[in-house]
Amino acid sequence: MTEQKITAAPENKDAIVSLLFQLADDDFLYSFRGSEWLGLAPHIEEDVASSSISQDSMGHAAMYYQLLEELGLGNADALAHLRPANKRKNCTLVERPNGEGCYMEVPKYDWAYAVVRNYFYTVAKKIKIESLKNCSYDPLAQVAVKVNIELYYHLLHWKTWFVQLLSSTEEAKQRMQGAIDQVMKDFGDVFSLGTDGENIVGLGLIEDENVLLQRWIDQMQTVFESINLSIPDIPSAPALNGRNFEHTEDLDSAIATLSEVYRLDTAAAW
Amino acid sequence: MQMVLNSLEKTVLEVLEEVHDPEINTVSIIDLGMVEEVSVHGGVVDIKILPTFLGCPALELIKENIKKAVQSIEEVQEVKVEFINHPPWTSDRISEKGRKGLKAFGIAPPPRLMDSDGSWHVDCPFCGSTYVTMDNIFGPTACRSILYCKNCKNPFEAMKPISTLM
Repeated sequence: MTEQKITAAPENKDAIVSLLFQLADDDFLYSFRGSEWLGLAPHIEEDVASSSISQDSMGHAAMYYQLLEELGLGNADALAHLRPANKRKNCTLVERPNGEGCYMEVPKYDWAYAVVRNYFYTVAKKIKIESLKNCSYDPLAQVAVKVNIELYYHLLHWKTWFVQLLSSTEEAKQRMQGAIDQVMKDFGDVFSLGTDGENIVGLGLIEDENVLLQRWIDQMQTVFESINLSIPDIPSAPALNGRNFEHTEDLDSAIATLSEVYRLDTAAAW
Repeated sequence: MQMVLNSLEKTVLEVLEEVHDPEINTVSIIDLGMVEEVSVHGGVVDIKILPTFLGCPALELIKENIKKAVQSIEEVQEVKVEFINHPPWTSDRISEKGRKGLKAFGIAPPPRLMDSDGSWHVDCPFCGSTYVTMDNIFGPTACRSILYCKNCKNPFEAMKPISTLM
């Protein structure tokens, strides 16, 4: 892109802030759901790997919250922990629970769902990050370069699981297919930029959501073909659009859990 | 980094040679290539640091250790430490001394080159054998992978290659 660079001047700020909240809340919830798997992954090496990915992703969310703090939106930790669900802009997919039960009691988490969600989300994130490397707002473009490097390993990891399980036993294939159907139902707002979309794209912060979505489809096409599957449909009008603050009750309970310790003493130094 | 250094800047850089990675005490933040800029204005020292991995929990600890170390210099009145994202830290910033330090700790230094398919190879830091297998590309910290040497039968870790070409 050859667009000019922009500053966080008042006429640009709303769009920058909106996009940053989308990116921050996405990675924050994604890494929270990932961290709930700690100690429960199929084997110990996977426990190390997926918690490392969650840690990286939490670092990415922290960078976006930090940029919001620098724009005067408040303390980064408070932005992550204290905002209620109706102020959040994450997509529906990342707020869904890992399965039935709770890790404190009897978790019946679904590894197939984790693999599909994480892989599809990571491919989408990679496509957005590639576009954000040319973001007209420099601080975000610089963070995108850093995030992109770390994503390389995440993508490799989830792609390996995805392809291997879908090339495995009949049971594995069936469960993976079930997970794909479930994930795709929630995929309608992953690339959405919400009601601020026109402004966000107009300022050259990121490319149009339809362009990004088409890239996702093109890339996944190759992967699906390699395992003799056809690419599933993406809902064009999502039931809920998280970018416009529309969420399920699962987000309320996730926020209550993840912020419990922070709320005990908001002045504590970490 | 600036080429012309005044004497206080030199002293600060010397002190930073003693600020180690909190988890790998054989390498300093200078060896790791994390120090991008040191500038001195009067008694105020500004230090710009490149984070290795964004989610690395050691970053705050490193920041505090830098402050403590630099404040111990007599002429220094104030130390400001800032993390910056540009340029991005890459594993080729690790110096020759840093690569030796990693090896001394039992961590294979990051490979300088990757194959065209994105795969990479390191040798065992203990016996130097090339007969190694990758156990887990992810390791106990964000920047490390877990490998196993089939020659000397030791598990070991390697620094992940990190490059903007990825």
